[in-house]
Amino acid sequence: MTVYSAPGTPGSFITFKPRYEHWIGGEWVAPVKGQYFEDISPVNGKPFTEVARGTAEDIDAALDAAHRAAPAWGKTTATERAAVLHKIADRIEANLELLAVAETWDNGKSIREPLNADLPLAADHFRYFASLIRAQEGEFTQIDNNTVAYHFAEPLGVVGQIIPWNFPILMAVWKLAPALAGGNAVVLKPAEQTPVSILVLIELLADILPPGVVNIVNGFGVEAGKPLASSPRIRKIAFTGETTTGRLILQYASANIIPSTVELGGKSPNIVFESVADKRDAFYDKAQEGFTLFAFNQGEVCTCPSRSLIQKSIYDDFLSDAIERTQKAVQGNPLDTDTQVGAQASNDQLEKILSYIDIGKQEGAKLVLGGNRVDLGGDLSGGYYVAPTIFEGQNRMRIFQEEIFGPVVAVTSFTDYDDAIALANDTLYGLGAGVWSRNGNEAYRAGRDIQAGRVWVNNYHAYPAGAAFGGYKSSGIGRENNKLALDHYQQTKNLLVSYSETAQGFF
Amino acid sequence: MMTRKATENDLPIIAELPAVVASVTIAGETEPRVALTASAVTLLTQLWDQHGPLMFHQSGGCCDGSSPMCYPLDDFITSDADVLLGELEIAADDVAGRSIPFYMSVEQFEYWRHTFLTVDVVPGRGSGFSLEAPEGKRFLIRSRLMGV
Repeated sequence: MTVYSAPGTPGSFITFKPRYEHWIGGEWVAPVKGQYFEDISPVNGKPFTEVARGTAEDIDAALDAAHRAAPAWGKTTATERAAVLHKIADRIEANLELLAVAETWDNGKSIREPLNADLPLAADHFRYFASLIRAQEGEFTQIDNNTVAYHFAEPLGVVGQIIPWNFPILMAVWKLAPALAGGNAVVLKPAEQTPVSILVLIELLADILPPGVVNIVNGFGVEAGKPLASSPRIRKIAFTGETTTGRLILQYASANIIPSTVELGGKSPNIVFESVADKRDAFYDKAQEGFTLFAFNQGEVCTCPSRSLIQKSIYDDFLSDAIERTQKAVQGNPLDTDTQVGAQASNDQLEKILSYIDIGKQEGAKLVLGGNRVDLGGDLSGGYYVAPTIFEGQNRMRIFQEEIFGPVVAVTSFTDYDDAIALANDTLYGLGAGVWSRNGNEAYRAGRDIQAGRVWVNNYHAYPAGAAFGGYKSSGIGRENNKLALDHYQQTKNLLVSYSETAQGFF
Repeated sequence: MMTRKATENDLPIIAELPAVVASVTIAGETEPRVALTASAVTLLTQLWDQHGPLMFHQSGGCCDGSSPMCYPLDDFITSDADVLLGELEIAADDVAGRSIPFYMSVEQFEYWRHTFLTVDVVPGRGSGFSLEAPEGKRFLIRSRLMGV
């Protein structure tokens, strides 16, 4: 085990600056109105730096820089852009521990996650899109013997991106990598809960990215996010967040007639069919872990397997084993590599989770584990910790229908295949789902029948580059993490060329 | 529009006593569905002074979902896809009417309709484009079962 030193203490990989400005045109730029806000670490509930509080004026400055950079960046060859993306990936890997400590301090997540998941994935996503852009080929169609339609993929120009707080660096990379690969310049607004780690990363990339290709403006949604999303100077807006803001962003996009991709969360069913319990073997153990993954990243994942649907015939035993396994989850100092469950990202998130635990109890759901805030004592006493929580109840209860975004799972049983699918699809959302079965036919059918954009079959919470990620139903529009994401950041130029000397004959 | 001051009967399980209870706006219904705590009224009064007329739209889904989003009135375009749960009157007796409509999407309402919602305020970082974020505060929904 390793316990990383807190930022700014002896032996730490990072000392945060006392203040962070905006990153515009490849350098730090003070906010026009001169205002800053405190960044609070969820690890201990204390402010650790202050961050520029951006306004429309700062967004404009960032858009100016992006528009200056976009023409040249958009004309670079795929070879050149791929080289830049590879260098970014290398730089992330070379600074793995520094970035991991920054991410944990900003977000509260247990450090094993950025070390082993968020950051290695971030590097890999850049490499994936570097490869995609190198391998991308235009298309042409011979219309007739003298006419050819050529199709070129061209950049959109300047795009806006609004990033959530649950994976501050990785979610930014999901959007940045395809945007940059496609030849776009970006104005990015991080979440106000986690404004700093992405700034630590961008400063590390200062000598790699041409000035103005990526610009970062922090601030509150209403003051900085809205001017970005509603600006007529962007050619696309990408957003990950919740449904009401998603709708608002689509409204702004419609006003400017620009495309928008929105990822708006889910309430993912995780179905365990009875064959899972045929043996108590490695696969059974894997399925048990699949249940417990509801507490991964403190449940702050859009695809958190927060509705566990277990077949009635194995319900009692499987759940009993799952409770025992969840009890073993180690909650503690997020900077300790042995910690499995860290802090919730903010105080309001903590409060929301507790309010859901309350309504769960009121609705008659049976609390079988956790259900409380945890005081870890000492320096961590003010941090935002919630015990992994398991409820048993019915699918129509609010805790089965709303994304709590905390380490809370709602469990119920199903009788047969049809019942399982009906319960799984009885939700507004369709982002993720899990299916566990030893019967390949059953697992395949279930995977196809569940209305969700990502169905994990006999695994969960893997996010490899190459696998398309995005929602059905109210979970949003668009796909990330595979070549479809590149399509969202390019537009098609058709050159329709005639190689004939003969007039068309109309006039 | 009918609004009234809160009474003991409006007491939710965990929130402070509602200070304002919404009017009934759903056809055929007789019981209110939404209320504000006193801290919510105070914050909304401040936001009204800064931004003018206000509205709420209840969010769902990821990250900051399940939070009531507060916008300048008409900033968010509602449609037949939304249901008006009630109008919240925050004006003091000596001030002209300040009525705040509270909306939710029809599809979300299908899953929430059995619960009474009280808008409260907690310290927080804000979320989405909701107006209160720069104040270091966050509106939060506290729920209780209807008819209980």
